[in-house]
Order: sequence, then C-alpha cells, then structure tokens
Amino acid sequence: MAETRHAHPPYLLIWLYLFVLTVAEIALAFELPFSRNVKLILLLLLALWKAFLVAMFFMHLKFEKWNLRLIAIVPLPLALILVLAVITEHVW
Amino acid sequence: MAHATATVDVMRPPAPAERGVDVYNLKLGMWVFLASEVMFFTALIGSYIVLRFGASPNPWAQPGKVLSIQITAFNTFLLICSSVSMVKAYASIADGNVKLMKVWLLVTILCGATFVGIQVYEYTHLIHHGFQPSGFREGSELAELAAADPVKYGAATAGLYGSTFFTMTGFHGFHVTCGVISMTYVFIRALRGKYSQQDHRGIEVIGLYWHFVDLVWIILFTIVYLI
Repeated sequence: MAETRHAHPPYLLIWLYLFVLTVAEIALAFELPFSRNVKLILLLLLALWKAFLVAMFFMHLKFEKWNLRLIAIVPLPLALILVLAVITEHVW
Repeated sequence: MAHATATVDVMRPPAPAERGVDVYNLKLGMWVFLASEVMFFTALIGSYIVLRFGASPNPWAQPGKVLSIQITAFNTFLLICSSVSMVKAYASIADGNVKLMKVWLLVTILCGATFVGIQVYEYTHLIHHGFQPSGFREGSELAELAAADPVKYGAATAGLYGSTFFTMTGFHGFHVTCGVISMTYVFIRALRGKYSQQDHRGIEVIGLYWHFVDLVWIILFTIVYLI
C-alpha cells in the first residue's frame, strides 16, 4: 500500500548504534568498576535507549502520525503503574 | 419485521464512520495487538522485578554465574541483525526491488531460526548443568557450586530465579518461533509474487511484529542476563 513516501532512515547506522550500545552494556556489566546501583541505572538507560531506537526507526514510529503513536505510548505508563504499585509492598 | 427495522435504526452510528488513524486495517490491528503484548510482557517482567526486589536480603545469582553471557550476547547480536535485515526487506520492496526483498526476508528467517536453535541449546545446556525452573537440581554441578558459594550463586532464591527465567525467556522464544513461522508464510507469498511496490502491507506488518520481539529481547537481555 503506497503511503507517504519518505527517504529511508540510515538503517545501517542504527544497526551500528545498537551494536555499540550492546557492547557498552556488556562492558559495563562485567568490566567497569562502578557500584552496583550505578551499573543498574546505566544499564537500564542503555536498554531503554536501544528500545527507543528500534521503535522510532525500525518500527517507523518517528514517521507516523501522533494518533498512531499514541497506541504505542498509552500502555507504557500503565506498565509503569503496574510495577510501581505492586512493588510498594516491599517499600512500605 | 417492524421490530427488526427499529433495532437496526437504533444500532446505526450517530455520525458517519471516520477515517481514524488513516492507516490500513492490518497495520492498525497489529499495533493494537502489540499494545496488548506490551501489557503481557509487563506482567512477566514486572513480576520478575517485584520478586527479585522482594527477595532481598537473600541475594539473587550474580550475572554470568549461572547463565552463559557469551552465547546470549551472540544471540542478541543475531536478533539485532535480523531486525536490520527485516527493515531492509521492507525498504527494498518500498523501492520496488522484489528480488532484494526476498533475499533480506530469507536472511531474517535464518537469523530468527538460528536464535531459536541457540536458545534451545542454551536451555539444554542449563538443564544439563542443573538449572531448571524449580531451581538447582539436587546433586548437580550448579547445586554443588551454590552450596560452596551461596551468595554468588543465589542459593536461597534459585527457585524464583529458575521459574522467572524460564517463563520470560520461554515466552519470548515462543514469540520468535511464531515470528519465524509467520515470516516463512510471508516469504512463500513473496515467492508467489504477492507483494509489489504498490502493495506490500504484509511485509510491513510482519516487520512490526518482528521488531517488537527484538525490542522485548533488548529489555530481557539487560534485566535477566546483565543485572
């Protein structure tokens, strides 16, 4: 189905980003001398960055209209609420 | 009959149908399905986070002690490559290059099938060494290592670790398997000339599913294998 045409994003560059970020994650987890909590935060940020790149460029969310993007975005706060709500059992 | 007509009138929408998000139904349906998949994996990953957080002060096994990082790092690389080949298949058909699309689709299928094969090998290897959904098997190599160093191997939480690990990665592997089967079907349709520059909806929609499965693995790899 022909839709609005746009130049293809630099897919190989995104692949390179993902590869480098994965190597950085493994190095961070096993080689670098950071504390456990710093590693935890950095690893989560790197994973979210990679997931964001896949969603935006490979799944083309960057080029979609906002009302379609909303379908992908709406479950995210719900996911966060679910985890945070249940984890409160261990906090309080 | 008068009653039936009245019912039809009541059921008629109060306004004419709208164009909505302005995409074809198959793609919209896939996005809605993926939104439900987000919640499905949230349930699995969320339970894992809550159980792991709640297991404190009993330590969880340290990264790399029970699971093999080399094998899964290679699998991660493979899945990232398959996502690129999938999107290249889409870009090829969008540019009208049917032959190249078939090549990239085949590469994607092979990467996906290899991923599943390696995961089966990983499971076999883990179970052989004594890691199973119920924890460390009594008398196994891992059970002895855990007895010698209960902190590093998370001896007290091995059952939780085993059940969450096999459930999360198992369901992900199931998704990859479904993706490979669906993509083989799409590939057969491609060989029969069903996709063109004007209409390549099937390629885009299977691509969305495939990238989502890759995205879930990116999160799983980090929280299960590296943290």
